[in-house]
Amino acid sequence: MSVAAAVQLSDVRKNFGPTEIIRGVDLDIVTGERHCIIGPNGAGKTTLFNLISGRFPISSGSISLHGQRIDTLAPHQINRIGLSRSFQITSIFQKLSVFENVRCALLWSRGYKYSFWSPLWRQKRLNEETQFLLEDLNLATRRDTPAGLLSYAEQRALEIGMTIAGGASVILLDEPTAGMSNTETDYAIALIRRVTEGKTLLMVEHDMKVVFDLANTITVLVYGQVVASGSPQSVRANRAVQEAYLGEVEG
Amino acid sequence: MTQKSSAVQWLYGATILLAVILPWLFHDWNTGRHSGFMISMLSQMGMMIILALSYNMLLGQAGLFSLCHATFFGIGGYATVHFLNAAGSQALPVPMELMPLLAGFAGLGLAIVFGYMATKQRATAFAMITLGIGELMATAAVMFHHFFGGEGGVTTNRMIEQSLFGLTYSSGIQVYYLIVAWTILATAGMYFLTQTPLGQLANATRDNFERAQFVGYNPRMVRFLQFSLSGFFAGIGGGLYAITYEIVTFDALAGPLSANALLMAYIGGTTVFGGPILGAVLITLLQSGVSLLSNSWLVYVGVIFIAMVIFAPAGFAGIIAAHRPLLNSGHWTKLIMPYARLVIPGLAIVLGFIGLVELLSFLTIGAAQGKKLVLMGTAIDVSFSRPWLICAGLFLAGGVWLHFEAARVGRIWQTLTVDLMKRRET
Repeated sequence: MSVAAAVQLSDVRKNFGPTEIIRGVDLDIVTGERHCIIGPNGAGKTTLFNLISGRFPISSGSISLHGQRIDTLAPHQINRIGLSRSFQITSIFQKLSVFENVRCALLWSRGYKYSFWSPLWRQKRLNEETQFLLEDLNLATRRDTPAGLLSYAEQRALEIGMTIAGGASVILLDEPTAGMSNTETDYAIALIRRVTEGKTLLMVEHDMKVVFDLANTITVLVYGQVVASGSPQSVRANRAVQEAYLGEVEG
Repeated sequence: MTQKSSAVQWLYGATILLAVILPWLFHDWNTGRHSGFMISMLSQMGMMIILALSYNMLLGQAGLFSLCHATFFGIGGYATVHFLNAAGSQALPVPMELMPLLAGFAGLGLAIVFGYMATKQRATAFAMITLGIGELMATAAVMFHHFFGGEGGVTTNRMIEQSLFGLTYSSGIQVYYLIVAWTILATAGMYFLTQTPLGQLANATRDNFERAQFVGYNPRMVRFLQFSLSGFFAGIGGGLYAITYEIVTFDALAGPLSANALLMAYIGGTTVFGGPILGAVLITLLQSGVSLLSNSWLVYVGVIFIAMVIFAPAGFAGIIAAHRPLLNSGHWTKLIMPYARLVIPGLAIVLGFIGLVELLSFLTIGAAQGKKLVLMGTAIDVSFSRPWLICAGLFLAGGVWLHFEAARVGRIWQTLTVDLMKRRET
């Protein structure tokens, strides 16, 4: 096992009934890199995310985070040891205010656990940290708005904020720019770049401009298998990839 | 924000003041006696407020649709009867004032056991398990005579001569003030919980349990703790029930009371902390007041509930809360006339409906009881067709008219809200 791997997948398989969706994936995500997973629709990118983050159990193989097996753990346990994720379809606490959303994402990592004896209004440090994050996300003016009433782009920014708030060292983002306009995408990418500084980022993305702009490493997933993995240049040059995937996009 | 909270604080202050002075407004100074009816109704309100608020810790705050909440109220009641009996025979040196706390622990204990089972699931499966628990306890209450006393229930005497303040609790007014004190304490406690990490996480898992997992929380643990604590508060309510009535029967933990908890919380409003208080007061008023006037009071409660579910799912408190932005901006004046126009058709539909229900009731139950329907000094023969036609006419005409007026209010409301949003943006 390489020491530098933040997340390591070996021969991971997943089937839903008789259908095998992930068909033996081996993948090392190196600590500190920005790793993008690309592939045509139905390749199993989101499923792979769901397996790594513990949303679904794997059928066989193993997944480890910083050398620790995580494939038998529950999502909240995986989160506590330093892996956090966002969802393709925005997943926030709709009726809570923007401030409360971000604060919820901070609570566990700040050691509050299930406390029902410490009033939140007295946690000065926590509230300051939340406020600081809101400003970082450019959401400070929306502080008291119920999260469900934010614009789409604002909700996506909030979700990214909640994903990184707990200070996880490995961040999984599932199509963070899906459905955004060009300006919104540029803004979101700048935000992602800024808030994931020094962290390991694993991202599913469809927008090739974003992928080649952001990634150090690209993995191409086709039909539940890795067809290529490496630097952007090597992936771009890979004939199999061009045929299977990039050809359609750029051609 | 501050404007809102200070208005709400005033409202709570006024409610407490009213609770304290109300018995004295109905006090008969000539005989020196309190109105028994008033004291018993107000006492009932206190317990029901605790029951409804603790129920809303599940329904409104955690999105848990429980059908066995009376179980924990009831167990608090039964346990208190046994505690009082023990205290009466000098076996339990606990003052009366702290008995509700013990009742709370009884509720908590049972809620931990049942909560462990029920909170394994959420949504529909959770509701099913709680339905089972409620039925199980109702059966147990009839089967295990030793603790529950069977059909007749268990009785006690509250004059245990153990009090922090040297009170005997021989009169209803002393018990009433004990209830007031515990209602305030329990309400404050439950409000405090909403301001803690657990309270916040309960809201969060209600909105999106999956996201809660991915910020490091186990939604099941959140549900379990919230369920247990709500059982604690329900137990306190049950303790007060036992102290007041000195008898606890199967009714204190059976399904109808669980349903009542749901009705009170829902009609009052589950989205606002104080909503269930409003619901508890309203339902208790209907229960004690209207039940004296009419056999069919439960029909009215049912119809109010259905109307709320359809037209105002956020309850009375939700309706009030929805008006707050318009009140603050001064736009509300434009709603006065449209609302005033609802009064006549509204009255027509309500009177028509009540008329029909009462006529039917007098035709069947009333006749069997040998009662006669008397309206403004005139006896009305319910077998004549004219009163039926008048009521049906009022009901139908009022309904059609109200339909159009309500649509008008809806349109005006729409324009006002849009106007308000535009103003806010500029």
